[in-house]
Amino acid sequence: MSERFHEIAVTVNGEEVRERVDARKTLVDFLRENLALTGSHVGCEHGVCGACTVRVEGAVVRGCLMLAVQCDGKRVETIEGVADSAEIADLQQAFVTRNALQCGYCTPGMLLTAQELLASGGVPSREAIRIHLSGNYCRCTGYQAIVDAVEAVAKARAGERA
Amino acid sequence: MKPAPFAYARARSLAQAVDLLAQDDARVLAGGQSLIATLNMRLSHPALLVDINEIDALGGISLRNGELMIGALTRHVEAERSAEVARHAPLIALAMPHIGHPAIRNRGTIGGSVAFADPAAELPACLLALGAQIDITGPTGSRTVVADEFFKDLFETALGARDVLTAIRVPAATTANRVGFAEFARRHGDYAIAGLAATARADGKHFADVRLAYFGVGSTPVRARHAEAALANGDVDAAVVALVQDLDPPDDVQATGAVKGHLAGVLLRRVARQLMEPRP
Repeated sequence: MSERFHEIAVTVNGEEVRERVDARKTLVDFLRENLALTGSHVGCEHGVCGACTVRVEGAVVRGCLMLAVQCDGKRVETIEGVADSAEIADLQQAFVTRNALQCGYCTPGMLLTAQELLASGGVPSREAIRIHLSGNYCRCTGYQAIVDAVEAVAKARAGERA
Repeated sequence: MKPAPFAYARARSLAQAVDLLAQDDARVLAGGQSLIATLNMRLSHPALLVDINEIDALGGISLRNGELMIGALTRHVEAERSAEVARHAPLIALAMPHIGHPAIRNRGTIGGSVAFADPAAELPACLLALGAQIDITGPTGSRTVVADEFFKDLFETALGARDVLTAIRVPAATTANRVGFAEFARRHGDYAIAGLAATARADGKHFADVRLAYFGVGSTPVRARHAEAALANGDVDAAVVALVQDLDPPDDVQATGAVKGHLAGVLLRRVARQLMEPRP
């Protein structure tokens, strides 16, 4: 029961994965090292930068502040899965159109975090977008273009719903 | 960095969690939003993590006997969206958006934030301002500690090594209750440079039962009792002056003690304005 190594079964991007993991392995290291899903990035490793953002049971979390062993029986989605399903195709295109990325290191986390806000519906104010993205550092863009892209998608999606 | 090795066990019940915590160097793992960061930085190296996330009895928000009870495993996001919290614990509702970032709030728990007791965290100060009660279960049974006696020193609380914080309880707000909250942080959602959570009861043109709980200005959340007395007389200027008797903020990486002392006065003026407004 109180062991260091554990067998886990996790549904990652819709596919069940069974692995034996060391309890100390964080979720983001598990995704990158065991499953070669390197779209989730490792930045600060203490919950400040947001580069490791992934979804667990549909909600965004810090991949560095959750252990892989805690994901046993859970549903995990990474940028690879969310991009493949085309759930955020419009948001990805808006990031390109608005130059909302340069080096791209923060982009997977930024996209997943923004999508959580967009999925809650409505057209958030620029201030609300900034507050929602406050936990995701970008050292290239100065955020203006990121906020532009998120706002443009919010308006476009609201238009489609209307 | 990566954590040092440790064993991991998932507790299925509170009793099992308390049993597992009998092992030397065992720590409770709730939301993990502070603990796992300290593991990654090797500031903490427990032998065993006891994961309490699957103990259903530790969740839930309910109103009972004029008190709002928030289960320890309630995620910040649940409290943030809760109609019960907004109605019966408006101070906690005000503070919630300032606690971490969305991804942190999706995972972090109310009990974890209180048990970790970071001196710059919002919730411990809210509990102090509200005169909350903190329910604890340990090897000898269950007990309750009031917030004024819970926060002992830097990251030190009334919790023992084998104790599990199970819930917090706050008196449900009435129309006479006023609340105020403000903080300064470099980035929205980060730990505050300095912050203030306050409660009072409107009593004609004056206040009664003013409780001012500062955070980010000492080893624990701090009551400003001289300023409370001055504010109860309706004198905001005197309350700001009285703060020097209440607070002696040390320098830290974010600001000097002098800056924090100045900010405490600015926060008091802002929060006093909020206290003067009746609840909608």
